[in-house]
Amino acid sequence: MVGKSVVTLDDLTTDQILDLLHKAEYIDSHRKQVAHTCEGRVLATLFYEPSTRTRLSFETAMLRLGGKVIGFAGAQLASVTKGESIADTLKTVSNYVDVVAIRHPKEGAALVASRAASVPVINAGDGGHMHPTQTLADLATLQSRFGRITNLTVGLCGDLTFGRTVHSLIETLCRFGNVRFVLISPDELKTPQYVIDRINATPSCSYVEVRDLASVIGDLDVLYMTRVQKERFFNEDDYLRLRDTYILDEAKMALAKPDMAVLHPLPRVNEIAVEVDDDPRAAYFEQVKNGMLMRMALESSVVGDELPGYEPLEGKEVKA
Amino acid sequence: MEVTSVQNGIIIDHVPAGTALKVLEYLNIDPATTKLALIMNADSKRYGSKDIIKIEDDKDIDLDVLGFVARQATVDVVRGGQIVEKKQPNLPEHIVGVIRCVNPRCVTTTEPGIKQMFHLMHTDRHEYRCDYCDEEARF
Repeated sequence: MVGKSVVTLDDLTTDQILDLLHKAEYIDSHRKQVAHTCEGRVLATLFYEPSTRTRLSFETAMLRLGGKVIGFAGAQLASVTKGESIADTLKTVSNYVDVVAIRHPKEGAALVASRAASVPVINAGDGGHMHPTQTLADLATLQSRFGRITNLTVGLCGDLTFGRTVHSLIETLCRFGNVRFVLISPDELKTPQYVIDRINATPSCSYVEVRDLASVIGDLDVLYMTRVQKERFFNEDDYLRLRDTYILDEAKMALAKPDMAVLHPLPRVNEIAVEVDDDPRAAYFEQVKNGMLMRMALESSVVGDELPGYEPLEGKEVKA
Repeated sequence: MEVTSVQNGIIIDHVPAGTALKVLEYLNIDPATTKLALIMNADSKRYGSKDIIKIEDDKDIDLDVLGFVARQATVDVVRGGQIVEKKQPNLPEHIVGVIRCVNPRCVTTTEPGIKQMFHLMHTDRHEYRCDYCDEEARF
């Protein structure tokens, strides 16, 4: 993985993803031992649009590995306002740093950046296109809750049409196989055909599409919530009619399995009632921690710094 | 309708009806400077109707581009008034610099100096997607 850019998760093999999950677990339990892993390294966070939580996660990951961070947040501060291309910016920044995390409102910007840079580039979100480290955080949360990322019934609820995190999670889980998907959405926000095709092309995976969360929540090991946005509806009546159907509250949680995990890419608005936060099944803030751990695993891996004492997954039994 | 036969050149047959001018454009063949005949909306046993492009010249046709824009088309090479070779274009895996991405959020709309690139996503559906943003190609 040394020197590799990660624009989408397709840039990583399933073995590499499993190794990252294993590394994240190791990092979490060996924080002091890994604190100097990336000493002398510099990460650039090039954030052409604001995303405080993602930027802080990338930066904290490098700081916790002993490296340093430079960067900008908001294109108004950068030379892009003078008309500099992404490629030129990356060619310049490559001379300063060991690894780059880029967030950009344009879809495909991370690919342009990775082709121009001479150091590894990690996509921290390119418009509505890809956000691979979010999916890594999702997988790490499944791994930490269940000890596996397969043999699960995964419900995805809310806006399944426009939610890039949902598509990415489905596609990545399909690579590992043995997942039953329950796709819960209003008709207006159903899963796109190309994602359904991906499930159909995986013999060990299956799916059902339903409209009502309460009727299926009892079957789920994982409930991945997303926000149903008002602007996605053609008329407000439909929105008001459906909005509450997709709000997760204590009453719906009472119908769920005792070990179900609730995930959400955050930020949430009102789709998960605050009362659910105290439920041990709420895993969405754990997801944030796992996101940082996976970014630590990824940053150290692509710059080629080995975690002290870490034994690679290769040759070990893999629960996938 | 009668069009004099090609003596030495090529015939692009089975072009989807009504698209011949577009096909010429994608193939970078300028009708203003090329000796050619267009037959549009001709009867076709196989497709109902079709366009035919006859070019009296040794034009080098990019079969990848032709396969991309007119998958069903065929190319007949004519020498001395006889068809001496038939070529069938294949769907190319990757296509560079032929069409533009229609997604207004795609990085290709703002980043200078990068080529438009599309990859074959689904052969049966003839579906291509942008290398950068994964938007489906539209002709």
